[in-house]
Amino acid sequence: MTSQHPSTNGVQFHSQTPFWRDERVIRIALQVITAVLAIGLLYWVISNVINAAEQRGLSLGFDFLDESAGFPIGESDLPYDPSRSFLYAFTVGVINTLKVSIIGVFFATILGTIVGIARLSSNWLISRIALAFIEFHRNIPLLVLLLLWYRGVFIKLPKVQDSYIWPGPIYINQRGLFLTWPRFTPQSTPFVLFTVIGILLAITAWIVLRRIRETTGRNTYFGLVSVVILVVFPAIGLLIAGGQPFEADVPVLSGFNFKGGYQLSPEFIALLVGLVTYTAAFIAEVVRAGIQSVSKGQHEAARAVGLKSSHILGLVIMPQALRVIIPPLISQYLNLTKNSSLAIFIGYPEIFFIGKTTINQAGRAVQVFLVVMAVYLSISLVTSFILNIYNRRIQLVER
Amino acid sequence: MTTAIQSKGKSKPPEPPGLLTWIRKNLFNNWYNSILTIVSIILIAFVLFSLFRWIFFVADWRPVTTAPLLYLVGQYPRDQLWRIGLILIIMSLLFGASWRKWGGVMRTFSLTYAVFLIFVALWPSPQGGLPLPIRGFMLANLAVILLGYRIGGIKKLRGMYLALAWLLSLAANLILLRGADAFDILDIVSTTLWGGLLVTLLLAVGGITLSFPIGVLLALGRQSTLPVFRWICTIIIEVVRGVPLIGLLFLSSLIVPLFLPPEIRIDRLMRALLGMIIFSAAYTAENVRGGLAAVPTGQIEAAKALGHNGFQITSFIVLPQALRAVIPPIVGQFISLFKDTTLASGVAILELLSVGRSIIQSTPEFIGLQMEVLGFIALIFWVFSYMMSNASQQIEVALGVGER
Repeated sequence: MTSQHPSTNGVQFHSQTPFWRDERVIRIALQVITAVLAIGLLYWVISNVINAAEQRGLSLGFDFLDESAGFPIGESDLPYDPSRSFLYAFTVGVINTLKVSIIGVFFATILGTIVGIARLSSNWLISRIALAFIEFHRNIPLLVLLLLWYRGVFIKLPKVQDSYIWPGPIYINQRGLFLTWPRFTPQSTPFVLFTVIGILLAITAWIVLRRIRETTGRNTYFGLVSVVILVVFPAIGLLIAGGQPFEADVPVLSGFNFKGGYQLSPEFIALLVGLVTYTAAFIAEVVRAGIQSVSKGQHEAARAVGLKSSHILGLVIMPQALRVIIPPLISQYLNLTKNSSLAIFIGYPEIFFIGKTTINQAGRAVQVFLVVMAVYLSISLVTSFILNIYNRRIQLVER
Repeated sequence: MTTAIQSKGKSKPPEPPGLLTWIRKNLFNNWYNSILTIVSIILIAFVLFSLFRWIFFVADWRPVTTAPLLYLVGQYPRDQLWRIGLILIIMSLLFGASWRKWGGVMRTFSLTYAVFLIFVALWPSPQGGLPLPIRGFMLANLAVILLGYRIGGIKKLRGMYLALAWLLSLAANLILLRGADAFDILDIVSTTLWGGLLVTLLLAVGGITLSFPIGVLLALGRQSTLPVFRWICTIIIEVVRGVPLIGLLFLSSLIVPLFLPPEIRIDRLMRALLGMIIFSAAYTAENVRGGLAAVPTGQIEAAKALGHNGFQITSFIVLPQALRAVIPPIVGQFISLFKDTTLASGVAILELLSVGRSIIQSTPEFIGLQMEVLGFIALIFWVFSYMMSNASQQIEVALGVGER
C-alpha cells in the first residue's frame, strides 16, 4: 500500500509497473467505478419511480402537505380537526411519538434500574424474580406483549360508570385514564416564574459551591443550600399566588364519558406499559452488567478508606459503572423510540400511524414514507450526536 | 454483604451447609430482606394461583387446539404436505449428524428441534384437527434424528461436507416448498398459501442467512480505506439502523415495486423477506465491525510482511478471527429477528401471529378469546428464544470469547 516513492530510489519502478497493477490507479479506478454504479442505480430507481408515477397518474411533489388531511386523529395535544393540513397532522404524529417515547424512556429507566439492582440482590428470591421478569420479556416478541397488554388488560377494564378510582382522583376505565390536571389561572404566572428561577438558582448554586468545595476543600454545604433554594422560591411564589397557584381540573362523569381533566387513551397506556416493561428488561441487563463491571477491589478500597456506603455507591461505584452503562442505555432509548412505531397495531396515532392513514386516504406512498423515515432518522441522529459528545467527554477522564 | 468478617478471639468452624442455613443466608439475612422475602412469596403465590386458575378453569383453548395445521403451515395444500414431511426428514438427518459431529450447541439445537417434534405430536386437538399419521410421522422423525446421529459418527464425513449439506438443504427446501416447473411431481404452490410457523421460520432463517454475507461486506466496506466505499456503506448502515423495522417492511412491500420497472414483479412474501434482510444486514454489519476491531493489527502487518495481498489478508487472516468473535451477538440477533418476524403481519404476511388472529376473526364463537391465542404464541416464541439464548451462552463458553 505504501509503494508511493518510485522516483526517489534509482530503480525505475515507474516504467516497469503497468498502470493496471499500480495500486494508486486501482484504488481510484475502483472508487470511480463504484460511484458510477451507485449513481447509476439511484438514477435507474428514480426514473422507475417517475415512470410508475406517470403511468398511474400519481404526483411526486410535496405540495399535498398543505392540503387538508380529512381524517380525524384520536388523540392530540394540539387542537386538531380534519380540516387541518397534512403537515399539521404529521406534526401531531411527531408530538405523539415524542410524548410516548419520552415518558416511556423515563419510566423504563426507573423500572430497569430497579430490576437490574434487584438482579444483584443478596436475597435469592428477589434476584430470581428479577431474572424471571427479564427472561420473560426478552424472549417474547414486543408485538405480542403489546397486544397482550392491550387486548388482555386495557380493553377489559370496567365500563365508564364502574371506573376504578385512585387517589388524585384518577379514574381508570375502558376509555383510558382520566387524570386530575392543573389548569393555569392568572395566579399561576408568579408561581411558575419563581419555581423556574428557584430550580435554575439551585442548579447554579450546586455547581458553583461544589466546585469551590472540590478546589478548596472547605465544606460549602452545597446539597443543603440547593435544597433550601428549591423550597424557598416556590414557597414565595405560592404566597404571592395566594396559596392556590393552579385550579384543579377534575374529570367529571357526564353522560357516558368523563369531561375535563387530562385523558390518556387505552391505546397510549397499553403502548406505554408494553414499551416500558419490554425495554426495562433490556435496561436491567445493561445496569447489571455496568455495576458488575466495576471491580470488587474498588468497593473494598472505598470501604478501607472509610467512606459511608452511600458515598461508596455515589462517588466510587456509580461514576465508573455509568461509563459502561450510558452507551448501551442510549441505544435502548433509541430502540424504544423506534419500537413506538408498533402503535399501528393498536391504533395510537403516532407518526407512523398518521403516515399509514395518509397513504390509505391520499396515496403518495413515496413522499409520506420519506417524511416518516426522516422523522425517525433525525431523532436517531440527534441522539447519536449527543451520545458521541458524551462519549468523547468520558474518554477524556479515562485512564 | 461483607459485614460478616469480624475478628473475634476464636473463630467458629463453618456451619455444615444445610437447607435451613441456606434459607437463613439467602432469604432472611437481615430485617429488610426478610420483609422482601415474605412480600415476594405472597406475590409469587398470588401470580401463580391466578395463572393456574386462568389456564385450567377460565381460558377456552379451542382457538388453539382446533386448527394445529393452520398454525404450522397455514393454507399449504393438504395433499402436498408430504413435501414438508420430506423437509422435516432432511432436517432430522442434518440435526442428528451435526449433534454427533459438533456436539455442544448443535446438541441444544437438536434437542429444541426434538422438543418441537414431540410437542406437535402431542398437540391436544380433540376435534381431530391433526390426523394420527401426522402425529406418528413426527414421532418417527425422532428415530430419523437417531439415524442421523449414527451417520454423524462416520469418520469419512468431514465437518466441511456437513456444513455444505446444510447450505444445500436450504436451497433444496425452498424448491421443495415452492415447487418448480422442471419437475412434474412438484406443482408450484403459491406463497400466498404459505403460513404459520413455516413462514415465521422462513423469514427468520432466510433473513439471517441471506443477510450475513451482505452484512460482512458492509462491515468490510465501512472499514475500508477507500472513501467512496466507506461513505456508501456508512450511509446504508446508519440509515437502516435509524428507522424501525416496520418502516423497512412497508418500504419493501409498498414502495420497492415502484422502484422496479413494471416487468419485474417480486412476490409479497419475498418482498417482506427483502425488508428483513436489509434490516438484519445493517445490524450484522455493526456486529461484524466489532469483531473486525478485535483482530490485532499485528496480524494484518504480519500477513503483509509475508507478502499476502489485500484479498488474501481479509479472507484468510482477518475474517476467520473476526467472525469467531461475533458468533454470540449474531445468535442474539437471530433471536431478535425471529421475534421480529411478527411485524410482518403488518404487511399482510400470514405468519404465526396473524394466523392466530385470523382464526379468531374468522370464527364468530372465538371472538374475545384473544388472550388464549396470544398467550399460546407468546409461549412458542418464549421456548424457542430461550433455548437459543442458552445455546448462545454455550457458544460463548466454548469459543472462550474474551480469553484469547
